[in-house]
Amino acid sequence: MSVPSTTSRPAAANSVWSRLEPLLPQVTKPIQYVGGELGAVVKDWDAAAVRWALMYPDAYEVGLPNQGVQILYEVLNELPDVLAERTYAVWPDLERLMRAHGVPQFTVDAHRPVRDFDVFGVSFATELGYTNLLTAIDLAGIPLLAADRTDADPVVLAGGHAAFNPEPIADFVDAAVLGDGEEAVLEITAIVRDWKAEGCPGGRDELLLRLARTESVYVPRFYDVDYLPDGRIQRVVPNRPDVPFRVHKRTTMDLDAWPYPKKPLVPLAETVHERYAVEIFRGCTRGCRFCQAGMITRPVRERSITTVGQMVQQGLEFSGFHEVGLLSLSSADHSEIGDMCSGLAQQYEGTNVSLSLPSTRVDAFNIDLAQELSRNGRRTGLTFAPEGGSERIRKVINKMVSKDDLIRTVVTAYTNGWRQVKLYFMCGLPTETDEDVLEIADMAHEVIRAGRAATGSKDIRCTVSIGGFVPKPHTPFQWAAVERPEVIDGRLKLLKQAINADRSLGRAIGFRYHDGEPSLIEGLLSRGDRRVGAVIRRVWENGGRFDGWSEHFSYQRWVDAAAEVLPAFGVDLDWYTTRERDELEVLPWDHLDSGLDKDWLWQDWQDALSEYEQDDCRWTPCFDCGVCPAMDTEIQIGPTGKKLLPLTPINGGGLRVPSAG
Amino acid sequence: MPVAYSQGFTPHPKISYASAAPTGVASEAEYLEIGLQAPVDPADLRAALDGALSPGLDVLDAVVATGGSLADRIEASSWRVELPEVAPEALRAAVDAFTAAAEVQVERMTKQGRRTFDARGAVIAIDVATPTPTPSGGPAVPCAILEVVVRQVTPSVRPDDVLSGLRVVAGLEPPVPPRVIRLAQGTLTAQGEIVDPLDADRDGATIGER
Repeated sequence: MSVPSTTSRPAAANSVWSRLEPLLPQVTKPIQYVGGELGAVVKDWDAAAVRWALMYPDAYEVGLPNQGVQILYEVLNELPDVLAERTYAVWPDLERLMRAHGVPQFTVDAHRPVRDFDVFGVSFATELGYTNLLTAIDLAGIPLLAADRTDADPVVLAGGHAAFNPEPIADFVDAAVLGDGEEAVLEITAIVRDWKAEGCPGGRDELLLRLARTESVYVPRFYDVDYLPDGRIQRVVPNRPDVPFRVHKRTTMDLDAWPYPKKPLVPLAETVHERYAVEIFRGCTRGCRFCQAGMITRPVRERSITTVGQMVQQGLEFSGFHEVGLLSLSSADHSEIGDMCSGLAQQYEGTNVSLSLPSTRVDAFNIDLAQELSRNGRRTGLTFAPEGGSERIRKVINKMVSKDDLIRTVVTAYTNGWRQVKLYFMCGLPTETDEDVLEIADMAHEVIRAGRAATGSKDIRCTVSIGGFVPKPHTPFQWAAVERPEVIDGRLKLLKQAINADRSLGRAIGFRYHDGEPSLIEGLLSRGDRRVGAVIRRVWENGGRFDGWSEHFSYQRWVDAAAEVLPAFGVDLDWYTTRERDELEVLPWDHLDSGLDKDWLWQDWQDALSEYEQDDCRWTPCFDCGVCPAMDTEIQIGPTGKKLLPLTPINGGGLRVPSAG
Repeated sequence: MPVAYSQGFTPHPKISYASAAPTGVASEAEYLEIGLQAPVDPADLRAALDGALSPGLDVLDAVVATGGSLADRIEASSWRVELPEVAPEALRAAVDAFTAAAEVQVERMTKQGRRTFDARGAVIAIDVATPTPTPSGGPAVPCAILEVVVRQVTPSVRPDDVLSGLRVVAGLEPPVPPRVIRLAQGTLTAQGEIVDPLDADRDGATIGER
C-alpha cells in the first residue's frame, strides 16, 4: 500500500487566504473561517457567468445551519455556469485585524473578496442582523450607501422574512426579494447573465431596472417616500415610469419539485444545530396574529411523505448526521405526520438516528407521536408554545389551545419518558394585563402537579421561557403598540415571584426570559421606515455589532442614536414603537405585497380586540385573507395515503466515499 | 463507517485523539483511534474518511490496532518552528543559552489559570536548521528556523512554551507570529529518534512509504 498524495487546498487566483491565514491564530475559534466543509462547493471563477456571495449576517455557528442559505447555495451551484459561495459575520476580534491588515470581507469557500461577486445576497431572519450587514458591506470595500456604488460593486440584495419590510435598510441595499427564494434566485441569475452577456448595457441602473420590472424584486431607489407634517408617511410612489406600484412576494409551489438540501453542509466548527433538517411543509394558516412567518408564507404547501422519506435517506447518507429535524411552522399539523414519524422511526430503528419536531402544537401532539419520537430510546427536547398565559389572551392572539390540552399533552410526554419540557410564552401582547401573565405561573404549577401525579415521580421539570412581543409588518398586530420595557420587566418580576410562591412546585420550574429592552429595538427595526436607516448607521458607527447577542447588544447605544438622529425628522423612538397606528395610516411596507388583504388584516385586528377567534382554512371554509387569489396559489395538502417502506439494509462490505461537490 | 458508540443516554462515537496539535499549528503527523462495531478493510476506511474530510485534512494510513493504547505510544513530538524576521544568529544564541540551562521556568494560561512549569527538561533535542525554501511558500524575508524534539510530559510542553523559554533565557521576541509545524510524533528510541506509532501494528514490516 502506498501513501496517497495529499490534496492541497487549491488557492483561487483572487483568494485572500495567504493574507487571512496569519491572522487566524490570533482570533477565537479560527476554524469557523477556513471553509472546506463536507457539502461545500468551490468552482472555477472564470468559468462562471454569474457569481453569488450568500450571507447569513450572524456568526458561523448560527449562520451555517440556516436552511434558506443552504438551499439557495445548492440550487445556484447546480447550475453549470453559476457559482455561489458563503460568507458569515466575522467576530469583532477578526474584524479589527482585517481592518488593520487590509483583508476584505471574504467567502469561506474559496476565500474570495465579496466585492468581486455579481450579487451579494443577504438573508435576514431577524432585523437584529442589520448592523452586521453594514460591517460586511464596509469590510468588503463596497460603499455603505447604495447610491454611491458603481458598476464595480455587487448588487446588494436582501431576502428572508425581514425583507418584507426592507425600508430601514433601503439606503444600504440595492434590492430586496420577498418570499420564497428557490425560483427567485434563478430568475435574478438569468437577468444578470443576460445583462452581462450583452456587455452590461446601461450599467448598474439598467440592471436594477430589469430586476424591478419583474415586479417581484423591490429596488428602493426607484420609489420616493413623501411624509406628512406630523411625521407619518403620505405616500410611496415610483419615481420612474417603468417600475410597478407594488412589488409582490414569490411563492414556490410543489415542494416535491424542490427537494433541497440534498447535500447538507456538515460544519467543522460547533454550530447551534447539527442535524439534517427537512422542511415538511411551508406556510401556516393557524392564524396566530403575532406570527409574521405564518402570515407571509401562506398558503400551506406540504411536502409529500415519500419525498420527505427520500430526502432523509439521502441527506443522512451524505452527511452522517444522527438527528433529523422535521421542520415547519407547526410540524405536527402535516396531514401525514403520524405515518411519517412511524415510518422514519421504523426505518432507523436500532441506529443512533433520532427524530425531532422543533415546532409542535400542544393540540396536535399525541401519544403515538410521542412513542415514535422516542422509539430508539433517545428523546430530543420537547417545546410547546401556548404563547399566552390566560384563555382570554390566547383568544386575542388566536392561539386556540386550552389549558386542558396543554396539561394533557405535557403529561403524555412525561408518561412517555420525557423528564423535561419547555413552554414558550410571550409578554407585552396587545390588551395584556398583569393577570394574564400571572396565569402562566398557575399553568406551570399545574403542569408539574399533574406530571408528578401521573408519573409518581418528583423527577420532572418544566422550563418557562418568555420573549417580548414585537409587532411585525403584514400581521394583524402591525398596528399595535410595543409595550414599554419597564412594564414588561415588572410583569416578569411578578411572574417569577408567583412561580416561586409555591416552593415545592417552583423548584421544578426553570424560568428564562429576555428583558424588554431588546424587544423595543426590534420593534423599531421591524416597523421602521427609511428614516430609521440613519439610526442603524449611527449605532453601527458607534460600534454596534451582533445585536442578536445579549453580550454585544447595547440598548443605550440604540436609545442614544435614536435621540441624536430622529428629532431632525420630527419623530422619536416612542413614535415608532409604543404608538398605536390607526386604520388609514400609510404603513412603510404597504407597497410590498404579501398577498394579505389589508382590510382583512384590519378586521382580524379588530377581532383580536374583541377576543374573537379565527379558524384554520385547511379545515374550515376560506375566510378571505386574500393570499390565494392575489398570488394565484392554493393550499397543497395530503394525505397521499402512501407509506414509507423499510430501507434495504446497507451492504456490509464497502464503505461509502462521499462524492465531491 | 460502522463506528462504535459509548453506552449511556447520549451515546458518543468512540474516537480518541492522541496528543492533538494546538489550535493554529500545522501538523504532518496526527493520530487517532476509532472504535468500530465490525471489522473493515483499513484501506477502505482510509479512503472513506479522507473523502469526507476537508481539503488539507488528509488521512494517510489506517491500521488495525493490535493492542495497547495509542496514547502510550506517543512519547515525543518533533516540531519545526519558522520565525520570520528573526536572524539565525540571534536564534542560535538563544538556543545555546537554553541548552546550557538546567531548568527554564515558563508561564502559560491554561483552563485552570496561570501555570508555571519547566520547559527545559522535556526538550530532547533543539537546534537551528539551515534555511531552505519555506514549505508554506512565504515571502523571502530573513527567517530563522528552530527544530525541536519534545518529550510528552504532564503538563505538556508545547512549541510556544519552548519559545517562551527562549524569551526567558535570551530575550528572544519574534516580531511576527511564528509558523509551527509538527513533523512527527511517536515512540522514542534509545538514540532519540521518533518511530511511527503505527509501526507496532504493521506486523513488523514497513508498509507506508515513509
